[in-house]
Formats: sequence, structure tokens, C-alpha cells
Amino acid sequence: MQSHTIKTWAWVHKWSSLVCTVFMLLLCLTGLPLIFHHEIGHLLGTEVEAPEMPKDTPHASLDKVLDLARAQYPERIVQFVSKSDDTEDIWYVTMTHTPANTDDFRTVVIDARTAELLPLQPRFDEGFMWIMYRLHVDLFAGLAGKLFLGFMGLLLLVAIVSGVVLYAPFMRKLGFGTVRRERQPRVKWLDLHNLLGIVTLVWLFVVGATGIINTWADLVIKYWQHDQLSSVLAPYQGQPTVALAERASVQKTLEVAMQQAPGTKLSFIAFPGTSFSSPHHHTVFLRGDEPLTSRLLHPVLVDAKSAAITAAPAIPWYLTALLVSQPLHFGDYGGRAMQIIWALLDIASIFVLGTGLYLWLRKGRTAAASDDKPLAGKATPAEAAP
Amino acid sequence: MKHPHAKQRFLALWGWPIVLGVLTAVGLVSALFSDGGVGDMLSGICLGIPTAVGIWFSLVRTKRG
Repeated sequence: MQSHTIKTWAWVHKWSSLVCTVFMLLLCLTGLPLIFHHEIGHLLGTEVEAPEMPKDTPHASLDKVLDLARAQYPERIVQFVSKSDDTEDIWYVTMTHTPANTDDFRTVVIDARTAELLPLQPRFDEGFMWIMYRLHVDLFAGLAGKLFLGFMGLLLLVAIVSGVVLYAPFMRKLGFGTVRRERQPRVKWLDLHNLLGIVTLVWLFVVGATGIINTWADLVIKYWQHDQLSSVLAPYQGQPTVALAERASVQKTLEVAMQQAPGTKLSFIAFPGTSFSSPHHHTVFLRGDEPLTSRLLHPVLVDAKSAAITAAPAIPWYLTALLVSQPLHFGDYGGRAMQIIWALLDIASIFVLGTGLYLWLRKGRTAAASDDKPLAGKATPAEAAP
Repeated sequence: MKHPHAKQRFLALWGWPIVLGVLTAVGLVSALFSDGGVGDMLSGICLGIPTAVGIWFSLVRTKRG
């Protein structure tokens, strides 16, 4: 490689990573506890569990469940009602003051069999894990925060690609995995930076890219509604959001939706007027029960007044891409071994970021001391070039 | 046109990175298609190797070999 080409790539690598490093360090650090959110929830006693009952205990009517939830917060409305991936026995009812997206929500957790409140009613909008989550997802800044972090992720991908290009001139004369520990610290840290960078390369690229895709989720859903649901909703145009008193039974809505898609499970129901539904529908989101299809959602729009199905549109490729990218980012699809590997690779990435920052700080000092000959040090491509 | 040793040199430089990259990719994808089964095990092994290589060269092996 020509030395000016190397310089160009080195410039790209330096600036793309310098800009994003602080934020990537934050994402790596906050992501670490999020990998183990279930386990931490158990330790903190915030993980909800349904009491043991015989396996075939029948479930109560969802309408009864919703009445109970509304009784807890009479001044709030139901936005969503959902089931977790782990059990069919618990309903989570999300309640807010407005049908719009908001940070001010309460979750009522109800036993699906008895339609009684579970003894533990955790707050999902406070505490250590909530802070970690918000710092990781949007820096407490909503959509703007998400898109900003997505842009930082894009810079990370640029840094990764340019880092791979630079791997060649740095490593040409060194065996794989060489760490020159006997040399000055800068050389040792450079070797560690190259080693851990190349080892985590594909993982960090995939986690970075899928993280970026996740930051676009809100926009992708908005676009989908505009793109594919506009024609379905055309007959309802101009009608106000269906009032609570006029709404059909949600239990019946759920049954109607499940009947038209056998072999699926409920993920969540979005209520009329909320961001995942229309003003005139309960939108029932079903998911498959195979490993891969369980990640994909099938929306069924059920008329809020009549409980008749309006449409069950197939989700477009961009929503499929969004949904499949989620497990690849979370690392929650391969059991405990995968969680541990996710954590180790996350820590390795922290080292890559940290050593990169160290090398830049040291280089500044070396360059000043050696009359601005940035490639004259012994740990540079110039040394390794033939 | 190419240097006779070009291929050898390419492999010396990129051989291990390519192997580790492919292993990572296989590991990431295989678990998507399984739920606690063979795919998860394959994934654990494929992702475990690059992780172990990183730990070995950075922490365990302290002398140049």
C-alpha cells in the first residue's frame, strides 16, 4: 500500500473513531448490564413471576383484566396490553395519560388465570436498569437521541472498516496475535488494539449495524403505516378515535385475530389511537412459535366497534429486517453461553476503544516530541513495510 | 504478474482473521434457527473460538512464541 493511501485511511480511522469513541464506550458500558437484564431483575427482585398453578388452569377474560387495570389508574388509558416471551400467564397492561408516545407510563401486572393483581407491581420507568436502558437507547432524548446514537454507530462502522484496512500495513511482518510486550507500552497497546480489533471485528460490525437499524425503528413503523396501511384505513378517514364505551370486547377481538392465524402466539395488542394502531382498530400483533418466526410479527387490524377483521397485512421486508436485527443486537437468542460471549466480546470492544484512545493521546505527545514525524515511530506501518 | 509468494503472504496476514470472521458469522446466524438445540451449541462453539483466541493472545500467552 502506498504511504499516502495509508495516511488517508489513518486519517479516516482517527477521526471516525475519535468522534464516536466516548459514545461507544457509553454504549458498551450500559449494554453490559442489559445483556443480563433478566438475571439482574431476579437479583433486584423486580422480575415478575406468576404463582404455580396446574398447567391447564383456564385464563380469565381479557376484558376483566383490563377493567382491573383501569381501576388502578382511573385517570389513565390503556395503550398496550402484552404478554412476555417467557410465560402465557401474565398480562402487562401499559397505561398512560395520552394515546401518544410518552415517558410517563405505568405498567399493571395481572395474573392471566385469576385476573388478580400480582403481588409484585414493578415500575419499569425508574431504577438502575431503566437508566442503563435509556442511556443505551436514546440518552433520555427521545427520537433525536436515537438518531444521534445511530449516527455515532455509523461512524463506528467507518472506523471498523478503516481499521481493517490499516490492519494490513501494521501486521505485515508480525505473526497473528503477536503482542510485543517487551517493547515500550505504546507498541504493546498497539498490538493489543490490533489483536482485539480483528478478533471482535465481525461481531462488533454486526452488533453495530443492527444497533443502527434499531435506532430507525420509530421511523420505519411510521413509514410502514403511511406506506401500507393508508389504503386499508381509507374508509375510516375523518372518523374520530373510537370512544371506550363504543368499543367491542377485547377478549373477542383477540379470539377473532388468533383464529385467522393458527399456530401463533400473542405478542401485544395496540389500542385505538396509539402509535402502533389506527384510531379505529385494535391491532393485534401475533408472532410465530418457531425459533425464527417467533421474532416476526403478524399484525391483525380488528375493527374497534364491530370486532371484525379489517386486514391482516403481511409485513414488508424492511419491518422483517428490523425485527430480525433485534436478536442479533441483543444476543438473547442463544442461551446462557451466548450471553457470556456477548459480555466478553463487549469487554474486548471496550479495550479496543480504550487502547485506541490511549494510542491517539500518546501519539500526540510522540509527534510533538519527534518534530512531527507521525510515521517515524517504531510501531508504525513504515517500519513494517518491506 | 503477482509475486510468487503473494498468496502465501496474503494467507499469513489474513488467514486467521478470515477464519475467525467466518466462525463469528456462522455462530451469529446458526442460533437464529434453533431454540436451545444443535444450532445454539454450534453457535456457542463458533462464537467461543474467536473469544477464546482474543483472551489467549491478550491475557494468557505472555511471551512471544
